Amino acid sequence: MDTSIWRPIIYLVCFMAFAGLNAAYLGWCERKGAGRIQRRTGPMEVGFHGLLQPLADGLKLMTKQLLVPEGVDQILFRIAPILAMIPALTSMVVIPFSDNIQGRAVELSVLMLFALASIGMIAILIGGWASANKYAVISAARAVSQNLAYEIPMLLTVITIVMITGSMNLQDIAMDQQGGFWHWNIFRFDKSIFMPVSFLIFFICSVAETNRAPFDMAEAESELIAGFMTEYGSMGFGLFMMGEYLNIVVGACLTTILFLGGWSCPFGLFPGVWWFLIKIYILIFTFIWVRWTYPRTQVYKLLNLSWKILIPFSMVNLLVTAAFIKVF
Amino acid sequence: MTVPIQCRPDEVFVLNLGPQHPATHGVLRVKLTMDGEYIVKAEPVLGYIHRMHEKMAEAGSFAQFMPNTARMDYLHALAYNHGYVLAVERAAGIEVPERAEYIRVITVELNRLSSHLLWWAAFLLDLGGFTPLLYAFDDRERILDLLERITGSRLTYCYFRFGGVYNDIDDEFIAGTRDFIKRLRSRLPRMYHDLVTHNIILIKRLKDIGFITPEQCRKYGATGPVARGSGINYDVRKNEPYSVYPEFDFDVPVYTECDSMARYMVRMDEIEQSLRIIEQALDKLPDGPVKAKKVPKILKPAAGDYYAAVEAARGAFGCRLVCDGGKSAYRLKLRSPTFSNLSLFGEVAEGMLLADALAFMGSLDLVIPEIDR
Amino acid sequence: MSAYWNDVFGGAKSLAIGLSITAREFFKPVITMQYPWEVPEIPERYRGHIELVKNEKTGKPKCICCGMCMRSCPSGCISLVGKKPEGEKKKVLTKYELDFTKCSLCGSCIESCNFGAIRFSKDYNLASTRKEDYVFDLLKRLEEQG
Repeated sequence: MDTSIWRPIIYLVCFMAFAGLNAAYLGWCERKGAGRIQRRTGPMEVGFHGLLQPLADGLKLMTKQLLVPEGVDQILFRIAPILAMIPALTSMVVIPFSDNIQGRAVELSVLMLFALASIGMIAILIGGWASANKYAVISAARAVSQNLAYEIPMLLTVITIVMITGSMNLQDIAMDQQGGFWHWNIFRFDKSIFMPVSFLIFFICSVAETNRAPFDMAEAESELIAGFMTEYGSMGFGLFMMGEYLNIVVGACLTTILFLGGWSCPFGLFPGVWWFLIKIYILIFTFIWVRWTYPRTQVYKLLNLSWKILIPFSMVNLLVTAAFIKVF
Repeated sequence: MTVPIQCRPDEVFVLNLGPQHPATHGVLRVKLTMDGEYIVKAEPVLGYIHRMHEKMAEAGSFAQFMPNTARMDYLHALAYNHGYVLAVERAAGIEVPERAEYIRVITVELNRLSSHLLWWAAFLLDLGGFTPLLYAFDDRERILDLLERITGSRLTYCYFRFGGVYNDIDDEFIAGTRDFIKRLRSRLPRMYHDLVTHNIILIKRLKDIGFITPEQCRKYGATGPVARGSGINYDVRKNEPYSVYPEFDFDVPVYTECDSMARYMVRMDEIEQSLRIIEQALDKLPDGPVKAKKVPKILKPAAGDYYAAVEAARGAFGCRLVCDGGKSAYRLKLRSPTFSNLSLFGEVAEGMLLADALAFMGSLDLVIPEIDR
Repeated sequence: MSAYWNDVFGGAKSLAIGLSITAREFFKPVITMQYPWEVPEIPERYRGHIELVKNEKTGKPKCICCGMCMRSCPSGCISLVGKKPEGEKKKVLTKYELDFTKCSLCGSCIESCNFGAIRFSKDYNLASTRKEDYVFDLLKRLEEQG
């Protein structure tokens, strides 16, 4: 590996810029997408078609007073928003955008991503607990039970992939799927006939893991006001929002690498980073599309979905894959 | 799925839902005693928007109370107009021309549609679905445009007069209403039922949640879709007919499941029935004046006790008028349906999850200014 | 068990239908009105606050200062003063004030007027941070309209 000092610095700057841009502009995309689905225009006034809206929002959030209410846990209240942002940013390091664009090639990158994702859940727990607000505490408890329930089917599907590839390195997993969409894990019928189902389970879990509607139990604005974010204003709120959008990006990246062949072209032509970006933005659009279509689920129904449907299905898929690998 | 809970008194906490809360649609406050996410005790607290409407009726003349009627149930204002006008007409013995009666029915039913559409939208919002709100408002906006052309206002109508209506409807309104009926009929199966009613998430959230027995309905005097969702076939338009309702052929949807889904389905079916009524009323619309000729400017009904009830979007709205022969009411008692419907909440919500309780509250279709008159 | 599979497959189907509906809406044209740039057409019978009607011949308000509107108003938001100039038989309107903070646009005043001297205006762009701005001097308004 190149030991020059410039390489990490360039990567750092680029990834930070990519992350920041996504965190800011996904908010705009979400509002535009929601607008179009509801046959409105979405933001229009600030800049051409509201393109400067994220900038204006950011300025507004930054200039607001950072209010720390009385009675909150002073330290934890301040740590939580940072803790929501940092793991999502750090995850960017190990994601391979292309065969030669990767911050750091970590051998156990899949494991590392999931470890980081769990820290994001702890941020919600801390934020909700420290707020000393009843709604926030309920929200924190919900978030933890939800994240626990959905990490299991998610990890079960990942184990399937790891078994197919024989590696926990994202780079290897993506390299294994190069050359045409029939090599992608989602269509690997020679390994297991349930791979598309597996992809669906993984996608549903990543929606739930990022606390997005229809699984936004923690935020549930019509029940818990804003859940764990109720007491946060100014940039504390801003960091939570950015963390949420970054988590979506990470979730989309992970889905792309694990199931959709990473940077490979569907027809085996010109593989490269652009294919990766196209795929993750299609997935992100689906996140937005799903959010603006369904009503919210209820806590127990949500847990039922995980324990009664997703976990048995992914378990069956795991066994079938294991059998296929053993037999063929 | 209501799970019986063993509550330990040292583990409960009090959660104030409202008066400023996104799900209470106004200044309703519910004092919830909670054990975790389960509700141990729910206690609605009213009085945040009390405006002494009944006392105001005693202060001014009969006509001067008219604008107040629209400020109670602001979503179905015309039904309140209608109830009050009926009571006063009964007291003063005013005959209403037939065309005026038909116009009243058409506008009241249009208003009922807009109220149900708004309920549907707001209910979905309570359940966390945002997009249906905009689709319903697309349709509702057309009703408001139609009514604005006729009545001059969009929400708090003051359109009915003693002995008729303020002014006549025109051909453009009739054509527009017919177009609207066609449009809503074509949109109902897809934009409303396919997108929402058949959605598994919605079904899972509403089925078997918020179980109201018919006995509870009778106990608290619940009316309207809440009672009809519990298998009580009571609709003022059918049971105590007023105006020209007996001349129309329509059904009263009744569901016996008693849960939130039943109340949802009652309202969705009522939309279709209202469309039927409007269609028939437009077909039968007679010519003639829209206002009775000899209505004195200052009414002085004979002393007595008069009562009129109408079916508003949320249930039976009753108007009891006691006159002493003077030019203002001696006493005006307004019976608002939502007050009775809300009274159920405390008893039914016990043992529910917070999220289910809010879905249940949405299915009651509360309009707070109507509870606190 | 069949209920379970029904839930899974029927549920998945209903969700897919939902997505297809919103996807179709996504590509349909926008139906909202871009308000400050586009202005809605105000219908003939729109009820804005009331205004005085001018007598086309004389150029003076039609009002004869009988005070019926004042008395019929449920909230008492109209106050008018009429004076009899020397040598004339009829009263002339000198002040007509509408306290719009109390008005509920019911139209009682217009119905009570036997001379068609007041009507609804079509003003709806009313916004101010001061309460006093909503006490309209309708006589002055009539003069300004020319």
